[in-house]
Amino acid sequence: MLEEIKLRLEAAIPGCRAEIIPNGSPSGQHSLLLDSAHAVEAATFLRDDRELRLDYCSNVTGVDWLATEHTHGYLEAVYHLYSMERKHGPVVVRLRTENRADSVHLPSLTPVWRSAEFQEREIFDLYGIIFDGHPDLRRILMWDEFEDHPMRRDYVEPNDYEYEPTPHDDVLAKAKQHAMGQSQSS
Amino acid sequence: MDQKLRIELSKQGIVTTTLEELYNWGRKNSVWPMTFGLACCAIEMIATSMARYDLARFGAEVFRPSPRQADLIIVSGTVTKKMAPQVVRLYNQMAEPKYVIAMGACAISGGPFKQGYNVLKGIDRYIPVDVHIPGCPPRPEALIDAFMTLQKKIDAQTLTGEGRPRHLDPEAPSEFVVPRFGAHDLEPPNNPEVFRILNNIDSCAAGEVDAGGD
Repeated sequence: MLEEIKLRLEAAIPGCRAEIIPNGSPSGQHSLLLDSAHAVEAATFLRDDRELRLDYCSNVTGVDWLATEHTHGYLEAVYHLYSMERKHGPVVVRLRTENRADSVHLPSLTPVWRSAEFQEREIFDLYGIIFDGHPDLRRILMWDEFEDHPMRRDYVEPNDYEYEPTPHDDVLAKAKQHAMGQSQSS
Repeated sequence: MDQKLRIELSKQGIVTTTLEELYNWGRKNSVWPMTFGLACCAIEMIATSMARYDLARFGAEVFRPSPRQADLIIVSGTVTKKMAPQVVRLYNQMAEPKYVIAMGACAISGGPFKQGYNVLKGIDRYIPVDVHIPGCPPRPEALIDAFMTLQKKIDAQTLTGEGRPRHLDPEAPSEFVVPRFGAHDLEPPNNPEVFRILNNIDSCAAGEVDAGGD
């Protein structure tokens, strides 16, 4: 199915390149990586194509991939698409930024699926992906003055630790660090 | 007045009282909470005020829509960092004497979201809480119990001396710092002044509640 979509997508839109990202888990929910230059056109095709009619975007979320020996690190937006008309889905579509630091722009798919608006704002807030073409890109969960992106893997929490009766693992490490900070400041 | 003399007088049909007792009796039986809820606990709070649990029995009939007319704020639910300045601002706008009940695990400590990035780890970081109710969410009975605890606390307050309510103490503040939205966290992240004042008041009031007993 996904192979077929990929071929038709590439045939319909000149220059568009899609890549199938396999999912090795038992769910086997493979996904389609679109190149961001043609993402809006490709999304419009997926929505309007007579066979596919993926007219409902149920979920948009972000993923933060840190740099490893295999990848250079990037941010990802994942869209789950269903067809209300044809009763099929989901088709999982991914968009990737070039890196995690300065080149974090992706085209917004809100003009294609209106339901993506709030969730793209959430991704902008929590992961820091900037969606070009979004009608109203503001922070949604954190306040406007907030500078960090809490769902990024390298987010450092403010030291607002409070007493825990049974600290363990990460919390224990945090408690020790907090105690050190307190003794230094006082 | 001596307790024995009072009992003796009442046997003879003479009722004696003090201004303090009258004053506290009036205050404790007409506590007006503010219409203010943040999350699931607010549903329990609403249930408490409805027919089955009937908070009206305690003189807390009307939930006031304005902080100017309320003297109790029940912080019921998760206080997010984005909401915290508004909660403190509402508290500051209330008229003295004013009281705070922190309802539920989230309001007293952050609850299951304690380690989250956006949740305040207890409203007592910014405003002085009189009664904490544990539970997630606490049942209406727990809120009623907290309410009765608060009434006992009000009843035990003296008009003069160390244990007097905050509004009769010119030294004690009636407003607390409203946190600002900072780049990484609320500024300031907590208000240590609150704990100092609260310890001072509690140590005085607690002694009298124990002595009075029930």
